Amino acid sequence: MTAVVEEKSVIEFKGRMLMMTVLQLRTLDASQLHQEISQRLEDAAQWLQEAPVVIDIHSDLEIDHVNLMPAVDTLRNLGVNLVALARTDRIDIDTASTLGLGTLSLAGGRDVPRRTEPVADTSAQGASQQSERVETMVVEQPVRSGQQVYSRGDMIVLAPVSTGAELMAEGNIHVYSNLRGRALAGVRGDSSARIFCQQLNAELVSIAGHYRVAEDLPDAHRNQPVHLSLQGEAMHFTALK
Amino acid sequence: MTKIVVVTSGKGGVGKTTTSAALATGLALRGFKTTVIDFDVGLRNLDLIMGCERRVVYDLVNVINGDANIKQALIKDKKVDNLFILPASQTRDKDALTQEGVEGVFRALREDMQMDYIICDSPAGIEKGALMAAYFADEAVVVTNPEVSSVRDSDRMIGILASKTRHAEEGKGDIPARLLLTRYSPERVEKGEMLSVEDVQEILAIELLGVVPESQAVLNASNAGSPVILDTDSDAGQAYSDAVARFLGDQLPHRFTTVNKKGLFGRLFGG
Repeated sequence: MTAVVEEKSVIEFKGRMLMMTVLQLRTLDASQLHQEISQRLEDAAQWLQEAPVVIDIHSDLEIDHVNLMPAVDTLRNLGVNLVALARTDRIDIDTASTLGLGTLSLAGGRDVPRRTEPVADTSAQGASQQSERVETMVVEQPVRSGQQVYSRGDMIVLAPVSTGAELMAEGNIHVYSNLRGRALAGVRGDSSARIFCQQLNAELVSIAGHYRVAEDLPDAHRNQPVHLSLQGEAMHFTALK
Repeated sequence: MTKIVVVTSGKGGVGKTTTSAALATGLALRGFKTTVIDFDVGLRNLDLIMGCERRVVYDLVNVINGDANIKQALIKDKKVDNLFILPASQTRDKDALTQEGVEGVFRALREDMQMDYIICDSPAGIEKGALMAAYFADEAVVVTNPEVSSVRDSDRMIGILASKTRHAEEGKGDIPARLLLTRYSPERVEKGEMLSVEDVQEILAIELLGVVPESQAVLNASNAGSPVILDTDSDAGQAYSDAVARFLGDQLPHRFTTVNKKGLFGRLFGG
């Protein structure tokens, strides 16, 4: 038996739930892609350049090792944040790694109801910077078990959220009632997002992918008005008066 | 050799989840590494009966879709060693289940987790969810109430088990299906208000695994999040314990099937 030496690990695996944007290509023609994407970047520069992107090649397109490279390079040069190629029967890990990309299966993905991309206000030519303000979603009806609600900005819920329901927001979540379901704030990685509720009975709370299940919520805050925030990697619970 | 057991009925509300929880717990108590899976996608309740509803992060559909691996999704039971729970999704529905996906989950449980038993808590009905729960099963427990509509639905389910499982499709015939009669009341049977064990067996003609009496312990167990088999003082708990023993091959006489007649001494001295 060899002796086992205890060493402090230099790595740590962490589980995260992350949102990605799928960019489906309907052509592999580099110049067509360049034209359309640079047009869209003018309208929505910040969003498009930061969003982690998975490229999905439309099933009608012919693929060979040669024609993928120009398309991928075009996207890269335009500053698109490329992460991976969608894994299909025609695209495997080797194909992707020659292009310097990973692969992802889209089979798990849940379609996320999103508003249309932010469109530049063409009437006000002076405004060159796209405003970052996204509308707050206000929910006045109870959110029932099995329902999912997604907001690109903040979310305000004025009625109870049942066990088995899911609230997801890129911004903050406020529940002015009993939160019994799941609340995931900052789903696109905004670690400054917060969760507020009048009665904390959540099944799971998460801010920018750092989550806690019901069992791990501090007893003192159960069923109380609470404000949750992320400080570094730790979740902070503050009583609301 | 991993055994996959489906707990099914056809009719809703007869005690499949209560039975799945009790059977899985009973097997784990006897040292078998057991996982109980909730196949009722969208209407999950096994996690409540097992008392782990506050520890659910990932579910069966997450594993099928590759969002999480089996080790991340399985919840280890706190009361009993060797016992694991794989909850259902609450936000999806049965369309999320695919044959390849389910097969993959079983493979992971068999090869990566070395499970001895996999108990599948089927949803009610005879559509996709129920069929998917039964498809890969090696054995079935058919839960029935001693009541005409439940018996008819169980009969339908037994017929489906004979043809819609992988065993049947590979020409290996039907899988062994045993009857678990639940919510039995000997007093009502005596009054002629309820079907007797013999009546039900005559119609269904499958081996009797056990008879579980109608008992307040079942509701108490579900409220406490502790499977009723752990309530060893209760009639229902003991009946499930007997059923697990029979499941493993012991020959035990069936209890709780006759009215408790008090003799003279019993009436004089109570008890």
